[in-house]
Amino acid sequence: MNAEVNHALVNVDGVEKVFHRGSEDIHVLKDLHLKVAAGEFLALMGPSGSGKSTLLNLIGGLDRPTRGSVSISGERVDQLSEHRLAAWRARHIGFVFQLYNLLPVLTAERNVELPLLLTHLSRAQRKKHVETALVVVGLTHRAKHYPRTLSGGEQQRVGIARGIVTDPTLLLCDEPTGDLDRKSGDEILDLLQALNREHKKTIIMVTHDPHASARASRTVYLDKGQLSDQPVK
Amino acid sequence: MKFLDLIWANLKRKKLRTGLTLLSIAVAFVLFGFLSATKQALVGGVSLSGANRLVVRHKVSLIQLLPASYKERMERLPGVSAATHQTWFGGRFQREPKAFFMQCPVEPEGFLDMHPEMILAPEQKKAWLQTRTGAIVGRMTAERFHWKIGDKVPIFTPIWRKADDSQNWEFDLVGIYDGKEKNTDTMSLFFRYDYFDEARRGGKGQVGWYTIRVKDPAQAAEIAKQVDSEFENSDAETKAEPEAAFIQGWAKQIGNIALITASILGAVFFTILLVTGNTMSQAVRERTGELGVLKAIGFTNRQVLSLVMAESCVLALIGGALGLGIACVLVPAVGKVLSNMLPMFFFPVRDLLIGAAICFLLGLATGIFPALAAMRLRVADALRRM
Repeated sequence: MNAEVNHALVNVDGVEKVFHRGSEDIHVLKDLHLKVAAGEFLALMGPSGSGKSTLLNLIGGLDRPTRGSVSISGERVDQLSEHRLAAWRARHIGFVFQLYNLLPVLTAERNVELPLLLTHLSRAQRKKHVETALVVVGLTHRAKHYPRTLSGGEQQRVGIARGIVTDPTLLLCDEPTGDLDRKSGDEILDLLQALNREHKKTIIMVTHDPHASARASRTVYLDKGQLSDQPVK
Repeated sequence: MKFLDLIWANLKRKKLRTGLTLLSIAVAFVLFGFLSATKQALVGGVSLSGANRLVVRHKVSLIQLLPASYKERMERLPGVSAATHQTWFGGRFQREPKAFFMQCPVEPEGFLDMHPEMILAPEQKKAWLQTRTGAIVGRMTAERFHWKIGDKVPIFTPIWRKADDSQNWEFDLVGIYDGKEKNTDTMSLFFRYDYFDEARRGGKGQVGWYTIRVKDPAQAAEIAKQVDSEFENSDAETKAEPEAAFIQGWAKQIGNIALITASILGAVFFTILLVTGNTMSQAVRERTGELGVLKAIGFTNRQVLSLVMAESCVLALIGGALGLGIACVLVPAVGKVLSNMLPMFFFPVRDLLIGAAICFLLGLATGIFPALAAMRLRVADALRRM
């Protein structure tokens, strides 16, 4: 762990997550500790079912831990009410999903604009922010296109633009290259790397792919609900 | 307003399904317009009836006549300010025997005084008072038969024979009256009772029914009892009732119009509720994942609920506006065709407003369950279904 982690932006402390399936309790995360510094690009690796997405959901305030705490910028996310948590997500978190999760009925620019609808920005201001985000991902020429007319790589760029358009504290990417070919995947990784290096975005990326994790500044491995700095054998 | 694009885009998602749902809502509201107009045509007179007027008829039936001498006795009763009478003439315009309109002999001054909703020019009133064979007719019938003041109007009646045994009567048209309200009856023809009574062969000194005006509408029921007890145990006992009840009694010869229309509309709107509710439920089920995305990027549960509710309301309002708009165009056109039979066939503004309120309620009712389901979605679960 590097020194910056002492001033962690993300602090996951003693987290446990238990799912109940019928009478069975499934312990997905066990006494898990993780710190992520501001400006870090962290890759989170592990086999399927190891709890990577669950951990990402806890950090992003999409789910709550069974025990332990999750703090972002010193704020206890796990203790916020549903209503305040939603507002907090809108302000601090940008999500990028494996399957892009764009709304098929909206054009690329309208998809990017979605998080801005929750702000007090005027239409003109929203338009400006959307343009900026599309410039960053290099997709201004496809702004008026619907998702079905875009390639997978382009759709993921739109997804990233939507993730960064509000200038969030933290960008959470759940297997962002998992549905892309190598070339498109590399372009997305280039983009994430640029966002981290040039725009100082803190990124946590879940991935299966060592090639993708190599782009991160640090990689941690999750197996059987616990983290380690070394790949699981 | 900034969410309107999103709501509209969602409605356009399945154009055929949305179109068919809109069509079914629109058809329901067109039907609503026509049933409202039908109800108005059949029982509309009830709302026009004066709260201070009672109708007094023979206790046995409306066909039985009452003595003309009852008028003065009624006017002497405390609480009664005026009385006037009418008699069913049952005639037909000779040239168009199938065209129905009411004709009654009346006492001109007392009759016009009793019915201020009928507007007759003062000079025409004067002419009526001066002409024993004079008659006035409502604007609608005058236009229908192209009658004008000065015309001689031949009427055949199977009920009343003249002294020479003829059933053909002729009147001099001296006035054309208008209605104060849109739904005031302007179809009838009224002529003078004194001429009628003198010229008829039988039934002299008898009238069909009385209309009396009470001083205090709050006492109407009490006065009706007094009138009936005044003529109790006579050869012609009476039944007095508020004018509204009298008109309703006429309409009820067809059936309970209000109940029939309410039952049909109830069935139609219940079906529409199911159709639209099903459309909305399907629409929400199909995009569970998308709703999860909205929540992930910061939409609150309440905002998601509002979005689905707004979508459902927009759907109902567009369909309803379409249906009510079509009804507003079609009802007057059909009303024109039916003007001979149903002169008051029109879509009342009050019912139009009720229709608009039903649109909104339909939107709320069909949206509430899918909206609650959307609101309760857990983000992580919803995203897994994307």
